[in-house]
Amino acid sequence: MTAVADERVAKAGLARRLLIRPELGAVVGLVLVFAFFAAQSAVFRSPDGIANWLDPAATLGIMAVAVALLMIGGEFDLSAGVLTGTSGLVLVTLATRFGFNVWTAMLAGLVVALAIGFANGIVVTRTKLPSFIVTLGTFLMLQGVNLGVTKAITGTVQVSGLRRAEGFELANAIFAGTIDIGGTSFRVAILWWIAVTAVATWVLMRTRAGNWIFAVGGNEQAARAVGVPAARTKIALFMTTAFAAWLVGSILALRYTSVQANIGIGQEFIYIIAAVIGGCLLTGGYGSAIGAAIGALIFGMADKGIVFLGWDADWFTFFLGAMLLLATLANRLVRRYAEEVRH
Amino acid sequence: MTPILQTRGIGKTFGSVLALREVSMSVSAGQVVCVLGDNGAGKSTLIKILSGVHQHDSGQYLVDGQEVRLTGPRDALDRGIATVYQDLAMIPLMSVWRNFFLGSEPRKGLAFDVAKARKVAREELRAMGIDIRDVDQPVGTLSGGERQSVAIARAVYFGARVLILDEPTSALGVKQAGVVLRYIARARDRGLGVIFITHNPHHAYPVGDRFLLLNRGTCIGDYAKADITPQELTSLMAGGAELAELEHELRRE
Repeated sequence: MTAVADERVAKAGLARRLLIRPELGAVVGLVLVFAFFAAQSAVFRSPDGIANWLDPAATLGIMAVAVALLMIGGEFDLSAGVLTGTSGLVLVTLATRFGFNVWTAMLAGLVVALAIGFANGIVVTRTKLPSFIVTLGTFLMLQGVNLGVTKAITGTVQVSGLRRAEGFELANAIFAGTIDIGGTSFRVAILWWIAVTAVATWVLMRTRAGNWIFAVGGNEQAARAVGVPAARTKIALFMTTAFAAWLVGSILALRYTSVQANIGIGQEFIYIIAAVIGGCLLTGGYGSAIGAAIGALIFGMADKGIVFLGWDADWFTFFLGAMLLLATLANRLVRRYAEEVRH
Repeated sequence: MTPILQTRGIGKTFGSVLALREVSMSVSAGQVVCVLGDNGAGKSTLIKILSGVHQHDSGQYLVDGQEVRLTGPRDALDRGIATVYQDLAMIPLMSVWRNFFLGSEPRKGLAFDVAKARKVAREELRAMGIDIRDVDQPVGTLSGGERQSVAIARAVYFGARVLILDEPTSALGVKQAGVVLRYIARARDRGLGVIFITHNPHHAYPVGDRFLLLNRGTCIGDYAKADITPQELTSLMAGGAELAELEHELRRE
């Protein structure tokens, strides 16, 4: 009698294990979106087309993966988008106006970004204020600083001329170059995106830090009670997001050799949306780095796919909203199923 | 045999409130001591002192016969005193094995030794007689009794010599409570001292060796099992006189 019951449980267990993977919804979405555009546009499915939509997916994906880790840890970072601008502005300003070598200027940008991430983390963990509010404050402050300082130094709202700076060629090749595969040139950023996703997945699934990230997002009190350094984990997560913002900011600055002072504004929600499509819960404690990367890929496809189909680009935001709603609904169903209490 | 853990006339005040006065108790290896009392009797204050959350401000606290002053829960854990709280300190969305090792993850080089964690969690649960179908399932899918059992198995595995259980059966149904009581007995048989806090004498009596009764922050009795019947325990717990009075009040005219 009991043996029969156990067999049934084992079967349900396997199906359940597949279903409760946080990426499941995103993978289904990816297949559908790819099929939809690939069926209607030959360019979309050509190597050149693929290189084309992988590019926006890559820069968005690096951020989405970092933001996903932070969200699994139970926090938000609304300043992440503007911080890409701040890092880029520090790099280009120092390299073009103060005679810094590109590498030193990048290092300075990294220090600034990490300091801002650290500040976000310290304020959130010390004051226990919602990170939504704290980083909204950082967001607005950075937005002001980006514009104010840029105008004060250049008299315009952009800094440019990075190409003439010392060390540009090598830095450009490493962060903003292209690689030829079968006659199609792919952006190097795609490799950075894959590397960031791989490292993040490893940290999340196969290190102690990963266990702590799930724990502080799932139930911070309980995590603290068993000795998890909750504050340190969260601060590290904010700094990880800042690191990703620096990487993306540097990639874009090196690619365009100039930075607009208002770059990155509004992107912070796109990162969160990509993470949510990838299976992250807004309440924390659940999600996946690969899922967020897939979320970013869906974005890249839709962003360029709509153009390839010759539609008005305005339809992109409609698509965005629809994807977000569908993903959140799917995630909720999956989580209910996973959490269903069995006696 | 020296008790693992002992208090002598221990007390604690919060401002002008005497939360606990003159409580003496001890627990030895393989012994189950039940601490009984109604709400506000001082049970939580007592376990918080024992588990290092609060420091006592009068009396003595001895571990292995040596007087100690615990600096925090970590200190208590390092001395082998583990506390399983009612709210369990488990993360519902995380798998059983991730929860089992949370905060003390085994390492292999830089990485979390996931294979070992899975294997040990499965073995330890089985050793405690806990039938978890799948250690990969989220803790949220376990029943209340199973969750308590996992928390107990975890404390045992991480070298607890004394297990302090804060109301482990209070939120459970009759059958689930029975499951937890069985694991308490199992932990006792493995040579752990158990301090079992409860307000339910029916849960305490079958498993307990000694019964410490608290009321209004002080000890109103300390009995060996041979010296007390379940009826006496119940009536002492509820405050026999109060219960008689209540019965009188509620009687139909």
